[in-house]
Amino acid sequence: MLTRILSKVALALMVGLLAGCQGGVLDPKGQVGIEEKQLIIVATLLMLLVVIPVIFMTLYFAWKYREGRDEIYEPKWSHSTKIETIVWSIPIVIVIILGVITWKSTHSLDPYKPLKSDKDHINVQVVSMNWKWLFIYPDLGIATVNELRFPANVPVAFQISSEGTMNSFFIPQLGSQIYSMAGMVTKLHLIANEPGSFDGMSANYSGAGFSGMKFKAIATPTEADFDAWVEGVKAGTHDVINNGVLNQASYEKLAEHEIDAHHVEPTPVQYYNSIESSIFMDNVMKFMKDHGKVELLEGTVFDSKMIHDNSAHGEMNHGEMNQSDMNQSDMNHGESQDSSHDMHMEAEK
Amino acid sequence: MSALLGKLSWDALPYDPIVITTLCVVAVLGCVVAFLVIKNKLLGVLWNDWLTSVDHKKLGIMYIVLAFVMLLRGFADAIMMRLQLALATNGDPGYLPPSHYDQIFTAHGVIMIIFMAMPFMIGLMNIIVPLQIGARDVAFPFLNNLSFWLAVSGAVLINISLGLGEFAKTGWVAYPPLAGLQYSPGVGVDYYIWALQISGIGTTLTAVNFLATVFKMRTPGMKLMDMPIFTWTCTWANILIAASFPILTAVLAMLTLDRYLDFHFFTNDGGGNSMMYINLFWAWGHPEVYILVLPAFGIFSEIVSTFTGKRLFGYKSMVWATASISILGFIVWLHHFFTMGSSANVNAFFGIMTMIIAVPTGVKLFNWLFTMYRGRLRVTVPVLWTLGFMVTFTVGGMTGVLLAVPGADYVLHNSLFLIAHFHNTIIGGAVFGYLAGFTFWFPKAMGFHLNVKLGKAAFWCWLVGFFLAFMPLYVLGFLGMTRRLNHTDNPDWNIWLYIALVGAFVIMAGIICQLLQLYVSFRDRKQNLDTTGDPWNGHTLEWSTASPPQFYNFAELPVVSDIDAFTDMKEKGTAYVRKASYAPIHMPKNTKAGIIIGALITAFGFAMIWHIWWLAIVGLVGSIVTFIARAYTKDVDYYVQPDEIAQIENEHLDNVAKG
Repeated sequence: MLTRILSKVALALMVGLLAGCQGGVLDPKGQVGIEEKQLIIVATLLMLLVVIPVIFMTLYFAWKYREGRDEIYEPKWSHSTKIETIVWSIPIVIVIILGVITWKSTHSLDPYKPLKSDKDHINVQVVSMNWKWLFIYPDLGIATVNELRFPANVPVAFQISSEGTMNSFFIPQLGSQIYSMAGMVTKLHLIANEPGSFDGMSANYSGAGFSGMKFKAIATPTEADFDAWVEGVKAGTHDVINNGVLNQASYEKLAEHEIDAHHVEPTPVQYYNSIESSIFMDNVMKFMKDHGKVELLEGTVFDSKMIHDNSAHGEMNHGEMNQSDMNQSDMNHGESQDSSHDMHMEAEK
Repeated sequence: MSALLGKLSWDALPYDPIVITTLCVVAVLGCVVAFLVIKNKLLGVLWNDWLTSVDHKKLGIMYIVLAFVMLLRGFADAIMMRLQLALATNGDPGYLPPSHYDQIFTAHGVIMIIFMAMPFMIGLMNIIVPLQIGARDVAFPFLNNLSFWLAVSGAVLINISLGLGEFAKTGWVAYPPLAGLQYSPGVGVDYYIWALQISGIGTTLTAVNFLATVFKMRTPGMKLMDMPIFTWTCTWANILIAASFPILTAVLAMLTLDRYLDFHFFTNDGGGNSMMYINLFWAWGHPEVYILVLPAFGIFSEIVSTFTGKRLFGYKSMVWATASISILGFIVWLHHFFTMGSSANVNAFFGIMTMIIAVPTGVKLFNWLFTMYRGRLRVTVPVLWTLGFMVTFTVGGMTGVLLAVPGADYVLHNSLFLIAHFHNTIIGGAVFGYLAGFTFWFPKAMGFHLNVKLGKAAFWCWLVGFFLAFMPLYVLGFLGMTRRLNHTDNPDWNIWLYIALVGAFVIMAGIICQLLQLYVSFRDRKQNLDTTGDPWNGHTLEWSTASPPQFYNFAELPVVSDIDAFTDMKEKGTAYVRKASYAPIHMPKNTKAGIIIGALITAFGFAMIWHIWWLAIVGLVGSIVTFIARAYTKDVDYYVQPDEIAQIENEHLDNVAKG
């Protein structure tokens, strides 16, 4: 009876693994996700080369050398240089192969590395808030909440930050995730190889409304479709909540939430038909403000505009906090001697 | 806020019917236990022979009792979570709102790691390590007692949070800024901080104590490379504790300053940086998993070599493999956050370092295999746990290496795949090991055997339950389900959530079997006495003592000339030799200081949580004064007289002769 149930469960597991993976990381729809899936499969097969023999040998040795069978018995046999060499070598060889794969794949899949494409990428600035996602299209002058749209086959460059707690920006079918952290900007590059609507979520727990912190990532079939959608957002013709302009006041209104919530309803999709262009960096840099006032150069009053006037800087410096790419940071130190940079570095300390 | 009660008010009492019911059940059970103790006039025995005891064997047993109690609490949390996730599908909110559910998953993690696994491991280490190295106790017996009471103090605080206030709603890692005052203004995180801080200091003291014991108190003739393998793995675990727990102490202290005194170590503003917390937390947290699993590896080694009736294959390899795991364990912490934006070079480095750990771990597996090779394996309950471990842990190790590949982790991080992986290693590695060790050494510690049938039933329930409960989580991880969700609305996930719930119930059956096993074995103990002290034909010195061992362990310190010291003695005929006379034995006296300091520190922690400043001062000053008073006490030791020793030894040798 038990074995019958077990075999049924095992069967369900197999069938499920093979067929039921629609919508997950084993059903990728973008280049990054496809490469990550291949990496998972290759690494797993490589490890199974040791894992399967070990499991088999465990059961076989336990059966063969169990008490009551007249097998050879050598109670004092406890060392064999030959066997020891083999048992150290096998895992070492596997790990060397896996290490080479790891080194290469970590560099080729670096989330910070722009994707190669003959098309220009779309910039999206992502802000995690309690408990919703704000997507700002700085070049298009629009913003959305809990819905992300971009054309298929066009790379998307994300700059990611947080309004408060740490979250992780994750669209499983497209590939990699990256944390969002307040006062900092992290980066991610993704692409959809085919049109579709994919689930997006926060993968890092951030409080009471975390489970409802979901969004749809919609890859439109053509760029023209996407452009039409952008025009619709600007004109306010879409059938969703339209909030008008995203400026500091409406940003703060959106960010409002109950601190110690008992139950949180998910936030509905909303559009902003225009944005204040500095809104993203303003809100990244605002966390430096109080600290800046205390520690900044004498006689200087902090003004976040000073930084976002040079917003490329701000972003790079932040990248550097995370991404210890020596060349980049050297370049930064060499190039930027203006006061906003000094202030910024001061603030980071 | 009042000066007398701080933040404590009627609002702190629970309103949730589930919590109230639990509290009532606990209260009734507590009354029953108290009644039985008083009715059977056991209060004196409990106080004199147990609570104030400095005997490492009794402290070890009390640690394991603590571990079992906390296992029940942590497992109740697990069942509630699985039930919630099986009910809250297709948009249904389930029966646990986030405000309650989020406390449960935090408590589950903290309890299982800090208050179940750690006490279980430290308990086994307490009972066995001094016996294996031929010592009469640990280096600092009072400190050992104090460590235990600090662990209890932390456990008490975490259980008080159930009835007064709330526990942290942050996940067991308590990352700021979520764990900071701005986003967690309640007392939950403070309970977390003080429970971990107090028990963590106790753990550090334990490590110092056992390192001193192992380095200074080995019996004559026992070189370091003659120490039994379990002692070796515990020693490496203690080195890891001594090196890593201070990091936890420091990072919790910084979080405390942030929350209590408006510091800005980890806040978003004021120059704080939460990434520092995450780095420091895992600089402790990663070694912590090896602290849990290395002693379990040692247990498996002892069991395989004992029940195959063979020497352990590749003893030196095993010691060096343990050493390399311990050292490598310190340079892999970043693999817990490949997704925080580190450069490819950094991520690749930490990924490859992590994989390298698979090499010594793989060697250990092969060495167990070759210990079985040409042996005579007796398939007892400890051996079942060991075989179950070898199969299960291999799978867990494989998924761990997979997660160590940054490119794979980018999509598997924080998913249920990760949850499946670490349960696979912690349950399939550490917990199976502790339960194996529990069954293996139970007759030694208690003097009678555990019931075999119920032991086998418990094993099969745990094993089958484990696979049912956690294999679906691997699938769910691939399906894109992330951890700590309160409810879901993806119909593809449902079936796996149901299977996982069934698995949790099967594990529950396993736990029930174990409780029954304890009851039945205790009831029938007279028929299952271990009179010889060597029920399994053991290799190491603990088996040369009586079961339970004489309170002074060894009448005369054994002289050792082999790794399998006791086997060597049995072969040379020097085991069980009657001595004509014995020298007096110097022994430590029991002390009330440990339990008093524990109580005062609990009051201190409770007062800090609720901002009752006067009580905090009383608790802290009181415990320091008690400690100093104890330090100046001269009446701390006594001598066991030769007559008494001779009587005890002769009785044991008579029993051996009869057996």
